[in-house]
Amino acid sequence: MLEKALKGSERYWGWLAVLSFFIAIGFGAYLYQYFQGLGVTGMSRDVSWGIYISQLTYLVGVAASGVMLVLPYYLHNYKEFGKITILGEFMAVAAVFTCMMFVLVDLGQPSRLLNLFLYPTPNSILFWDAIVLNVYMLLNIVVGWTVLQSERKSMPPPKWVKPLIYLSIPWAFSIHTVTAFLYSGLAGRHFWLTAIMAPRFLASAFCAGPAILLLIVFILRRLTGFDPGQKAIRALAKIITYAMITNLFFLSLELFTAFYSNIPGHKHTFIYLFAGLEGHYALVPVMWASVLLGIFSLILLIPPRFRNNEKILIIALMALVLSTWLEKGMGLVVAGFIPNMLDHVTEYYPSVYELAITVGIYSLGIFILTVLFKIALEVKKEAAS
Amino acid sequence: MDSTRRSFLKILGVTAAGLTVRPSVEALAMGVKPKGAAPFDNALTAKRWAMAVDVGKFTGETRKAAIEACNKAHNIPHYENHLHEIKWIWEEGYKHTFPGQENEHLPAEIAREPFLVLCNQCVNPPCVRVCPTQATFQRPDGIVMMDYHRCIGCRFCMAGCPYGSRSFNWFDPRQQASLKDAEGNFSPPNPEFPSRTKGVVEKCNFCAERLAKGQMPACVEACKNNELIFGDLDDHESEVSKALRKHFTIRRKPELGTQPQIYYII
Repeated sequence: MLEKALKGSERYWGWLAVLSFFIAIGFGAYLYQYFQGLGVTGMSRDVSWGIYISQLTYLVGVAASGVMLVLPYYLHNYKEFGKITILGEFMAVAAVFTCMMFVLVDLGQPSRLLNLFLYPTPNSILFWDAIVLNVYMLLNIVVGWTVLQSERKSMPPPKWVKPLIYLSIPWAFSIHTVTAFLYSGLAGRHFWLTAIMAPRFLASAFCAGPAILLLIVFILRRLTGFDPGQKAIRALAKIITYAMITNLFFLSLELFTAFYSNIPGHKHTFIYLFAGLEGHYALVPVMWASVLLGIFSLILLIPPRFRNNEKILIIALMALVLSTWLEKGMGLVVAGFIPNMLDHVTEYYPSVYELAITVGIYSLGIFILTVLFKIALEVKKEAAS
Repeated sequence: MDSTRRSFLKILGVTAAGLTVRPSVEALAMGVKPKGAAPFDNALTAKRWAMAVDVGKFTGETRKAAIEACNKAHNIPHYENHLHEIKWIWEEGYKHTFPGQENEHLPAEIAREPFLVLCNQCVNPPCVRVCPTQATFQRPDGIVMMDYHRCIGCRFCMAGCPYGSRSFNWFDPRQQASLKDAEGNFSPPNPEFPSRTKGVVEKCNFCAERLAKGQMPACVEACKNNELIFGDLDDHESEVSKALRKHFTIRRKPELGTQPQIYYII
């Protein structure tokens, strides 16, 4: 089926060329970082993880969200998702791959990456994260590819793939749970040390991921004529709405515990995020933008007459994606380091190189996504005719 | 077709041979102790190394001397940009050393005088728990060590350490002016201690390399007036055990269960 990716319109090749251009720039910036050291980023002794690990966190959510299609389709036999489930699976593949690239560029000694497996260390959550992410990617490649191949041959999918599909459902939950454990098990980092970190991650994943997918579907519909059907779109929009309500609800739970308990360590980071701390305000606009966009998206999503209007839905989804990205992809990881373990405030601003590498990796992920979606849509078109 | 199958089988055979030879050589070599790794006869050993910081005895000069001695002993580079600092032992005010325990009515000298902070050599070190490659590990005598050659530079340990005791080599330390001579060649103050590469984490190692030679840690040696009391907590008669019995001491963030082995005599 790979040959489907090699034949395309000028627009298809032009798009891949644009992405390649950004990948090349990112790669160049990475070479500079590789030879100079991670000091060319904005990270520091105090804020030792930055935009790379933030993107890892956000994209694990995007990857996990594939399950919001797989679960209704395969467990509840919700046929309306038949056309887009493959897109969810392929998006998961691209997202996990992108996650791994972000881990790779964050390493001080990337050539030693395999030490993760040469010296397996079960007490380290990072070890488990590497395992669950790799297996999840593999599951989605195998399931997506096999089901698509069967569709091409107009045959039912082979029986052996069913157990893998069922396995991929809890596995999707596991990747975001284990990723949350990276943070929520660290003594002394009050902002992260919360038992609802994993539920929060899942809630934001299950709204942001399907929202991104739906936006891509709208683009595909305009460009290729692919139509998943109004029922599928509306069902997904409902899932997104419930997940976003849960997401903001969980955030307010965190605020209640921190401020009603009045424990300084629990409050500091929230004060930093929403009001600034000791004259440092870098993330205040980010956090308020995230909350306001989140509330705005819900105002548009909750009333059915807004949600069922596609023009409004698109605006709501864009607001939602931006809101969750600001919170997970900017705020959550960085703010966990502020104030630092000695109660000093050091802020973080990504450097130009860091941003170039980030854009490059996203471009690489979108490149892979484009190729996978192209294959899926071509096969579906062929099977339908 | 035949020839490719034959060459494939050949490769398979060689691989299998390789896989079996190494374990058998290792098995044969068992019981032979490598001589080079044996400790010096005069090595200082303990079951639980610990340190008491006699805060009241310190002056600005002794603190500086202790920090300076450590920086020299471990070839620690100096960075102008505080974002990239490498710190093994340094000064912090009371409210930063013991966050959450500040109070408005502290004695003036406590509020004013900085404290020395360093790796707490925790009994339950979170950094060791989170490290995915065992590049940071705990020795039987309690010292939490770094293997600079195994560290992948993921910095999970820096997120995990509740005391901010770990530093990352954001740049190549060997390229830093502070570790170069007048001609610009790399010239570390202590050629016996390994310099690090960029991209790995480092921290205080309780001078394990000096203990192995029968020397006290560099910072302890630099404090001539017993400001830092170092020894074995398992030994009832050690100076540090006696000091802890005699004085009331506090530790940094004891509520986290890490069991820090740096005790502050207030």
